[in-house]
Amino acid sequence: MTRSAHNAVEVRGLVKHYGETKALDGVDLDVREGTVLGVLGPNGAGKTTLVRCLSTLIVPDAGTATVAGHDVVRQPRQLRRTIGLTGQYASVDEKLSGWENLYMIGRLLDLSRKDARRRADEMLERFSLTEAAKRPVMNYSGGMRRRLDLAASMIGQPAVLYLDEPTTGLDPRTRNEVWDEVQRMVSEGVTVLLTTQYMEEAEQLASELTVIDRGKVIAQGKVDELKARVGGRTLKIRPVDPADLPAMSGALRESGLDGIAGSTVVPDEGVLYVPILSDEQLTAVVGLLGARGYGIAHIGTHLPSLDEVFLAITGEKTSVSGSASDALPEEVAA
Amino acid sequence: MSATTTTTQLTKSSAGTPGAGPGSRPAGGVPAGEGRIGLRANLRHIGALVRRNALQIKQDPESMFDVVLMPIIFVLLFVYVFGGAIAGKGNNDDYVNYVVPGLMAMMGMNIAMAVGTGINDDFKKGVMDRFRTMPIARSSVLIAKIVVEVGRMLIASAILLGMGFLLGMEIKTSVLDLLAAVGLSMVFGASLMWIFILLGLAMKTAQAVQGMAMIVLMPLQFGSSIFAPPTSMPGWLETFTDYNPLSNLADAARAMINGTPVGDSVWMTLGWALLITAVTAPLAVAKFRRKT
Repeated sequence: MTRSAHNAVEVRGLVKHYGETKALDGVDLDVREGTVLGVLGPNGAGKTTLVRCLSTLIVPDAGTATVAGHDVVRQPRQLRRTIGLTGQYASVDEKLSGWENLYMIGRLLDLSRKDARRRADEMLERFSLTEAAKRPVMNYSGGMRRRLDLAASMIGQPAVLYLDEPTTGLDPRTRNEVWDEVQRMVSEGVTVLLTTQYMEEAEQLASELTVIDRGKVIAQGKVDELKARVGGRTLKIRPVDPADLPAMSGALRESGLDGIAGSTVVPDEGVLYVPILSDEQLTAVVGLLGARGYGIAHIGTHLPSLDEVFLAITGEKTSVSGSASDALPEEVAA
Repeated sequence: MSATTTTTQLTKSSAGTPGAGPGSRPAGGVPAGEGRIGLRANLRHIGALVRRNALQIKQDPESMFDVVLMPIIFVLLFVYVFGGAIAGKGNNDDYVNYVVPGLMAMMGMNIAMAVGTGINDDFKKGVMDRFRTMPIARSSVLIAKIVVEVGRMLIASAILLGMGFLLGMEIKTSVLDLLAAVGLSMVFGASLMWIFILLGLAMKTAQAVQGMAMIVLMPLQFGSSIFAPPTSMPGWLETFTDYNPLSNLADAARAMINGTPVGDSVWMTLGWALLITAVTAPLAVAKFRRKT
């Protein structure tokens, strides 16, 4: 990963223990200015702990982290001027109206009464909450709360925005609304660190990904690179005769059509999984198997779930020695 | 990413980024590049947070029940149920003048206790995370809470005194002395709030806070001069009540309203308030800062 003065967030060897539990066990990552870094990991991977360290809510046990040039431990006050945080649970006051929440935050950010009023109106308008402005937040729907939360984080025009699982628990339509908002903020130049459990969300929003598990970074790179390694999509092929499975897998390997991670035979299910990166590859795989005369009973494709991403990455780590985050093109060339 | 980069390199490169990012905001009362929060900014923050707490009350008027009903029930209960037994039948009027100033001390403690459970509840909500990631002094959140609670205490005191007057209480001094007595109980009540804020931050659930608070409260309330003159108590208990801050406050308020000698009760009360605040306020703020 390139290291430059243009990293909005730099984390090195960050450690946070809770008793025996290593919530963060030496995390390194960078977020380049104006980009979105997706931090992907299952529940308990350490994503929230990471965000809490970077937003000065907890003090790390070891390692360093800087945000917009400010050290999280030594310069927390300066750091807080540059960040916005939207957590898993809406961080707004339920008993206040949407407008009152935003006005209060404006005042806490040292805006004059007039400016705070104007900014609250502006933000409500922008996040389509003008109609609900006067209602107490406890009567808002889940999506409205999340939008208000984003609005609250944007009042101070932060340089760096943390989104901690911003769409967990939202229905698909509301999730899309939140995604649109995030994309809009990014287009305005905000740097975003996004944590998520969903591969799809990371793909939608992030340009680079860091995959963490049990407090450790297990993979890092551009979304495309990681997708290439774990398979952007997976083709699931069920042959008429399960006995053909090994031969089919072999044929794909010989012709180099089985992607970087290789195809996987699952005899119990009687299927072959082939990671594919493009429609052309899909056509080629099907074409090849047809030309070789293997009967195909069923074909389906699906995006890899987080589990499969993990399986692919951790499985790969045993075969590919060295750092899991080594650049990919090398391996393609090999 | 390789782990070979050293920290020194890191700090150098990050020092290249100017302190104020693209999203630097107008920082009234805050010198650029300085993290400290000036007094004016601090007062503005406290003001905004007081407004928040006041709006919460507006949204949830039931939260004022304790403030309105507690003084009414206390006065009726103590004057009519215990008054006859303690002061002798028919001497209720004298007892009103004895017990109401004491009840003012007791009520302050009960309201202060509610602060602990309130802060504990507050922490379970995401909004605390937002406050703690904002460029404001973390103490301002707690101070705003205390300002609002002192306001609630004032209302409760007004109702308490109003009830007292209805039942025949007389000011034997002046209105100014009465106000001084109210002021003294506010100062002492505010110092108690720091204890309960500390408890509220230290304990896991609001129920635990309440349980713990009751354990502290009961002996202090009843082992005091609030309800009965300590001269009727065994010697060891009398000694305890002499140093019990609630007795000191009750004695002071009583003396100020009834025109009896104040003695050292006012100084004892102020001393206690100062001591309690000096010890528990920094601990509470530190706990608040570190709370995860």
